[in-house]
Amino acid sequence: MANFETPALREYPIIPLIHAGTMAHSKPYVAKPEHQKPLGFPGTLVDNWESVAVKKLGELVDESRALRVFLDTCVKCGSCTDKCHYYLGTSDPKNMPVARQDLLRSVYRRYYTLSGKLFPKLVGARDMTKDVLDEWYSYFHQCSQCRRCSVFCPYGIDTAEVSMAARDIMDAVGLGQKYSNEIIAKVHSIGNNLGLPEPALRNTLDGLEEDVKDETGVDVKFPLDEKGAEVLLITPSADFFAEPHIDGLIGYAKVFHQAGIRWTMSSHASEAANFSMFIGNHENMHKVAIRIREAALDLGVKRIVVGECGHAWRVAYAFWNTLIGPFDFLDRNYPIPQHICEFTYDLIQRGALTLDKSANDDKIVTYHDSCNVARATRMGSMPGGQFVIPRAVIKAVVNKFHDMEPESIHENTFCCGGGGGLLTDDLMEIRVKGAQPRMQALKHVVDDHGVNYLAAICAICKTQFAKVLPYYQYPMDMIGSVHGLVSKAIQLGTKE
Amino acid sequence: MSALTITYAVLFYVATAVLVGGVAYKVYVYASTPAPLKIPTTPAPTTRLGVMGRMLREVTVFESLFKSNKWIWLFGILFHFALLLVLLQHLRYFTQPVWGWVVLEQPFGIYAGFIMVVGLLGLWARRFLVDRVRYISSLSDHLMLALLVAIAFSGLAMKFVVHTDIISLKQFFLGLLAFQLQPLPADPILLVHLALVATLMIVFPMSKLLHAPGVFFSPTRNQVDNPREHRHVAGWSASINNPGGR
Repeated sequence: MANFETPALREYPIIPLIHAGTMAHSKPYVAKPEHQKPLGFPGTLVDNWESVAVKKLGELVDESRALRVFLDTCVKCGSCTDKCHYYLGTSDPKNMPVARQDLLRSVYRRYYTLSGKLFPKLVGARDMTKDVLDEWYSYFHQCSQCRRCSVFCPYGIDTAEVSMAARDIMDAVGLGQKYSNEIIAKVHSIGNNLGLPEPALRNTLDGLEEDVKDETGVDVKFPLDEKGAEVLLITPSADFFAEPHIDGLIGYAKVFHQAGIRWTMSSHASEAANFSMFIGNHENMHKVAIRIREAALDLGVKRIVVGECGHAWRVAYAFWNTLIGPFDFLDRNYPIPQHICEFTYDLIQRGALTLDKSANDDKIVTYHDSCNVARATRMGSMPGGQFVIPRAVIKAVVNKFHDMEPESIHENTFCCGGGGGLLTDDLMEIRVKGAQPRMQALKHVVDDHGVNYLAAICAICKTQFAKVLPYYQYPMDMIGSVHGLVSKAIQLGTKE
Repeated sequence: MSALTITYAVLFYVATAVLVGGVAYKVYVYASTPAPLKIPTTPAPTTRLGVMGRMLREVTVFESLFKSNKWIWLFGILFHFALLLVLLQHLRYFTQPVWGWVVLEQPFGIYAGFIMVVGLLGLWARRFLVDRVRYISSLSDHLMLALLVAIAFSGLAMKFVVHTDIISLKQFFLGLLAFQLQPLPADPILLVHLALVATLMIVFPMSKLLHAPGVFFSPTRNQVDNPREHRHVAGWSASINNPGGR
């Protein structure tokens, strides 16, 4: 299967001893000029890249309080050293959050602090050399920006911010990552990550209408570009494409159908994902996000609902109002934007859905908190609603549910191993190894409770798990959408 | 006035200026650097008051550190609170008459010196014993601990081994505060103690000791979780101008 060993799952999780350099060879494919240019980046490494990189670093620090404070305040206490799933899965010390930050902090100290200018050796400051750049390229693409380290840092230092800055600098000197940048270029030119043009999208949705009609006998619509709809659904394009994502989309459609709410998707904004966050570039992040404002205005909708996607929910929840607001043209009686789980949860509370839990009696379910949802957003009005609401939706549609151990759920959740722009075959080794802590926790509920269904609300998590579960001897179809469960339980024809 | 007295007087004026000026400058820089996006680590408080509570817990009981690692938390909290008590006890060398509560705090402040050493040695031991922490420790991390341990030991030595002329010392510092030089006792342990303290003051604003003011400016901890309710803009995000709408 691969030229690396899948980490063992143990009786109890252990913190490995460090083994320097075990993942130094891991590097994603470098972006070609045609992936770089549409994003406004140089096509190849620029001649004076050292000075460009150092200058860019200074600019980023000047425009981000987070970055500045995070680079200054670390005391090397070691609190984060055993918190990263990539460290736990690889034992490479440069995958400890503090060591990853230090790859960039050492350069910051050399050029932007007095102590680093005067006594570089003493404070661990380094010149910006090709070796340093290569190391950045390797290890800043072994960070899924999951923020687990930031939960445990006494100063709230978030390695995600550091890795975003490092990637932004690398893009600025012409050393981009092919996977993310190719996808962002596709969104700019076609409108979604998959590169699915409008006719193909319409075709897919028509096909889904037929499938659901065949299966249920009910005319559930999958509307596209319908002006005057109340709700615009923005969902990751993975939902249009394959299992298990598409079951989620069918679930949303059934919920809208039974609630009797007019909704639409948009061919102009046919993508919730915004990989520009992964590469830390706010110009591209704005450019990708603004399509959603344009679509909402054009279609005249009153509400925006976001489908199951982790980082997209972060961009939507935490950044949209800043990037593409103000939303004074939308209905203020609803959260703007609203997560599909919030939407379904509200309908369940109001008794607007007829649900038969026994339809899912073949499944014993556990729930994976996706990192961006868990540690960067909220659902509902209470802090922690992002943990409660998806579970409440699941428990409303299944009889058998078991949570994984507390150290691996809620804000302690372990990343699936494929987030932050690492969901590419050229990073398979780090993806499999980084999944180890999550698989370890999963093993316990499988062994103790016979769990056979891992529910998630993130397109990246779903794709990643489908790929890595078999490495750990679990079936790939064990992973599924939360709204895939809703889809099975909902009794069409009973309310409308 | 002796050269020694003048040297130490100048040293402490410089050290104080560097400490106060340096930290004030850093605080100004942190405060004036924009935070363009909302990035609180969630679950986070949804009100300003809630955030103040979160911050208070971070700086008093080290909430995140407690969640993370009980050993670092234990040694860290021992050191920091002992240091606080010791610093408060030292107020008696700068005030005349000595404030009543400082007098009451005196015995705690003295024995806190030992607790401080325990905390520091615990933290230092981790830098040797835990392979992950050994890996991330640079020379400056060891030197910082060495500096603090040396300050603590020299201070304790003057209390429990060889007494210094504390009356004259107090005259010296009261003199500094009034800009009137008074002779400094030429006691070797005292001179070492004072030189190390001045070094610490000078190093403070250009080292990781900035974690003290820095933590208050950490956006993942000090931001209110309300991006849907309030449109947050700052820095580059303040210049966004989106067409359409009402």
